[in-house]
Amino acid sequence: MKLEDRAKLHRQMLVIRRAEERLQKLFSDGHVPGFLHLSIGQEAVPVGVSQALTERDTVSSNHRGHGHTLAKGVDLKGFFAEILGKATGLCKGRGGSMHVADLSKGMLGANGIVGAGLPITTGSALALKMQGQGHVAVVYFGDGALAEGVLHECLNLAALWKLPILFVCENNGWSEFSPTERQLATSLDKLAKAFGIQYSAVDGNVVAEVAAASTRLVKAMRKTPAPAILECSTTRVRGHFEGDRQDYRDGDEIASLSERDPIRLSASAMAKAGGTPEMLAEIADAVDAEIEAATQAALEAPLPSSADILADVYTKVAG
Amino acid sequence: MAEIRYIKAVNQALADAMEADPTVFLIGEDIGAAGGSFKATRDLLEKFGPERVYDSPISEAAITGMAVGAALTGMRPVVEIMFMDFTTLSMDMLVNQAAKARSMFGGQGSVPMVLRTPHGGGLNAGPQHSQCLEAWFAHVPGLRVVCPSNPADAYGLLRAAIDDPDPVIVVENKALYAMKGDLPDDREPIEIGKGRIVRPGRDATVVSYGAAVAMAETAAETMAEEGIEVEVIDLRSIQPWDEDLVLESLTRTHNLVVAHEAVEAFGVGAEIVARMADIGFDQLDGPILRVGAPFAPSPFGKTLEDAYRPDASRIVAALRRTLA
Repeated sequence: MKLEDRAKLHRQMLVIRRAEERLQKLFSDGHVPGFLHLSIGQEAVPVGVSQALTERDTVSSNHRGHGHTLAKGVDLKGFFAEILGKATGLCKGRGGSMHVADLSKGMLGANGIVGAGLPITTGSALALKMQGQGHVAVVYFGDGALAEGVLHECLNLAALWKLPILFVCENNGWSEFSPTERQLATSLDKLAKAFGIQYSAVDGNVVAEVAAASTRLVKAMRKTPAPAILECSTTRVRGHFEGDRQDYRDGDEIASLSERDPIRLSASAMAKAGGTPEMLAEIADAVDAEIEAATQAALEAPLPSSADILADVYTKVAG
Repeated sequence: MAEIRYIKAVNQALADAMEADPTVFLIGEDIGAAGGSFKATRDLLEKFGPERVYDSPISEAAITGMAVGAALTGMRPVVEIMFMDFTTLSMDMLVNQAAKARSMFGGQGSVPMVLRTPHGGGLNAGPQHSQCLEAWFAHVPGLRVVCPSNPADAYGLLRAAIDDPDPVIVVENKALYAMKGDLPDDREPIEIGKGRIVRPGRDATVVSYGAAVAMAETAAETMAEEGIEVEVIDLRSIQPWDEDLVLESLTRTHNLVVAHEAVEAFGVGAEIVARMADIGFDQLDGPILRVGAPFAPSPFGKTLEDAYRPDASRIVAALRRTLA
């Protein structure tokens, strides 16, 4: 991979990281209503996948979806405003962290129900196949979703009908507060085999690996529609949600995760490819400025009006 | 004007909608080669091909969710769920996804999907193939629910549902599938949210929908023999329901009975009664009564099911009580 491409991906990962770190701070300062699930440590997956996508390709996401959303190119200011529940948010403050969507960018929504993105994305893939423009659909889900019934229905349907869908499993080893090994009697590679779906596994913290696999799989399915599974082993650094003290985890295990930090790995890969410390500092400064501007805009934005409580429930008022 | 069976009217509406709009497609179990369990989709696979008519595996949750995703990607899917009882398997996709997408995404888009499914007893189909669950869906903001009582409405309401930009549950009635009736030549959609006075009357109003409309008409005939003129309203649409029409009728008749095939407790009738007790209170000359199924699962055996299902005699009894 060329240095400038590496720099681009590095920058996108850093946007996600800094955005979430800023949200973490805003949350502890009481600016974020509700729940907040952070994907710190998992940034390489959506960035690696999204570089293979266009705006017309669709993605859907889960409760830990900030990275998926930002990597699909949604507006950073609208994103921050949404999570702060402001009227200027992408969803006018009605969705929040678990429901950020930007249909104009093919981002069909984060989701509060584990596994729910799977059928929605499978249907999107069917629509894209019918439309015949070579677009693809991507669904992000965690290893916790592997125990959901709809996963099996969707793997079957996608294989049966040769739908252009990339199933991206972010395997961070945790189903909420429980290790997945205590939750699942099988594994995704075995499921892939059972349904006859092409399966690839990558180190989900190495962005170049995710990018290379995604590019290969997406390119193939644009040409000949068929599903593929990409399992990305990755690391959930924070708790299930902000405020989760992670008492169920070994402190050494959490500390060891920094060795696999995708951004640290990306920085050292850039250095090996000729990147300079100045280059990295320049990226970091630009990202920080962008995050700060989005944060300030969100903090200053108005709250939604209570007069709008019935707005958008239906497209038109019937009867 | 052509005479047509209810099931054929559904079929005609699907065919006309698919003809009119290439983004309309069908998905469901055995709807293609087999033409549907009740033959609602007969010949549509031959006519429109496998890329418009998808014979799906037995995966109700997935196909309902796929309709949500396809609708968000520019298509107008029509899902068939073979029996309304099986919509329990589709619930997350309907309640958490389809119903909420527009609102929770801030009005960015809509979910123009239709889910067709038959409710109702009378076929001795037993507790898991007879339920009338429309009240569940009517309770969820973001969904619309219609329930045609005759072939012409089965056509017009389905066309309106497919045209509608939001998710619509079309509740058909399997005991009515063989019913014959006239289909107007213009084959226009019927506006969702508008009810219809089926039979005018001055002494009492019966509000009904689905199979209960014919029961109410029979009850009205019985009462007419005694010189009591009963007005029968077919709601056609349950969410939203035509509150103005019911209130207007009540201001003329001053007595109200609500009849449906579904279990009476916590049902559609309860909502109508509560609203009329509020906005129509001054108009009431008697208690507002409900006629519905008892609070028990729909039984299988013939004597049991016959006793379980509401009928005209129970509507007559309710009318006598409110008029007493």
